[in-house]
Amino acid sequence: MAINPDQIIKFSPTHRLQWEEVQQKDVILYPEGMVELNQSSAEILKLCDGSRNLERIIADLEQKFETTGLKDDITGFLEVALKNGWIQQH
Amino acid sequence: MAGYNNIKITPPRWLLAELTYACPLQCPYCSNPLDYAKYQSELSTDDWKRVLTEARKMGAVQLGFSGGEPLTRQDLPELVRHARELGYYSNLITSGYGLTEDKIIELKQAGLDHIQVSIQASSQELNDHLAGTSSYFHKKEVAHLVKKHGYPMVLCVVIHRENIHQMPQILAMAEELEADYLELANTQYYGWAHANRDLLLPTQEQFKAAEQIAQAYKEKVAGKMKIYYVVPDFYEDRPKACMNGWGTTFLTIAPDGVALPCHSARDLPGLDCPDVKAFSIEQIWNESKAFNFFRGQDWMQEPCRSCDEKDKDFGGCRCQAYLLTGDMYGADPVCAKSPDHHVIEQAIASAEATAKMTVTEKPLIFRNSKNSRKFSTENS
Ligand code: SF4
Ligand code: SF4
Repeated sequence: MAINPDQIIKFSPTHRLQWEEVQQKDVILYPEGMVELNQSSAEILKLCDGSRNLERIIADLEQKFETTGLKDDITGFLEVALKNGWIQQH
Repeated sequence: MAGYNNIKITPPRWLLAELTYACPLQCPYCSNPLDYAKYQSELSTDDWKRVLTEARKMGAVQLGFSGGEPLTRQDLPELVRHARELGYYSNLITSGYGLTEDKIIELKQAGLDHIQVSIQASSQELNDHLAGTSSYFHKKEVAHLVKKHGYPMVLCVVIHRENIHQMPQILAMAEELEADYLELANTQYYGWAHANRDLLLPTQEQFKAAEQIAQAYKEKVAGKMKIYYVVPDFYEDRPKACMNGWGTTFLTIAPDGVALPCHSARDLPGLDCPDVKAFSIEQIWNESKAFNFFRGQDWMQEPCRSCDEKDKDFGGCRCQAYLLTGDMYGADPVCAKSPDHHVIEQAIASAEATAKMTVTEKPLIFRNSKNSRKFSTENS
């Protein structure tokens, strides 16, 4: 599934993104399941708050981590996230 | 079980809170113990809250409220609220019986994350027959209300010989009800399902045909509805990786407060499953005999001990090994390498013979207190 670059991305209302103290990890929780996230995936998903499109997410992360060239990684991860239903566009 | 002290213990992730054995339904495949009627006492609200708090502190994050029918507990909203405050993701596993719109709203406000509704079949007649209660239309109504109030909805259908022919209709029903997930749970033969196995186990042809239909549908609804397909292990040649490994992930608390490494573990001899009224969850998880009994691999015998697949399936299910062979240390007889594998072949043959009979002498044994009391006296 492809990300529409113009549309706002928001985290799915039927999933929950949460920091787990014992595991020292962010996780996605959904009916009877859980996905553990690495730090960069978690940072991307935290920006999917319904106020940014793909371009803004990339720009904000590149600024935050003072780097460039994150476009392909971020786009690739968000495509997976969309396919898994963790994020929505509409 | 010598030497369990040096095994690295991982924290629990999943807490299954079996709030009660009370249930208005009578499913003949129910996984509750046959003699559940013997266990009358139920944990108090305060005990449940303490269990939730202690398990969360250790790392449990997924929480299932089940039973019996958890809605029969009047303190359910209070427990849900407590769970939400602690940061659990809470799942209500219900037959839908007694669930009203007001209750659905109340539970949502209390912080419930998800409702799983079980439905017995795609037709009223068969659903109500299997449930032993007129419940079909109410269940469908509940499914609509769950969606209406913004919960993710999992529809769960337990599959067996009485309903496996309805696979196409079951799939269509789930799509029509806009389920986010459909769990097609092939019956696991414990508890009441074990007692009714000759009447419930589908033939291999039936199973294969149904599986093909379900797999094809998966593609049709991709992106809309996820289909979880629980395979019937009797038709596999390797066992399931039961409980993701004993005492690694799952913690079940029975209605009377007994802590179980898996929900059938209370039937295993000599485990002395601990009571949450006497011990903390931390003591139970780390130190109890029951939770350490099959931790790691030291307990294994041949063929598992020297098998190169033991890290994958942990020798399969201890309860199934005990139930079908009387030896809880042996390989799960589902495994083709097990010297007891013939018991599975016999079970399949026996069910097939029953399926071919035009008149069956044995009726289904429904799960209710009268039948349960019978089982309790037979075994004591
Ligand atoms: S399986 Fe059926 S009888 Fe057993 S607890 Fe669930 S709804 Fe009740
Ligand atoms: S022999 Fe034991 S460990 Fe090996 S595959 Fe069979 S059940 Fe698993």
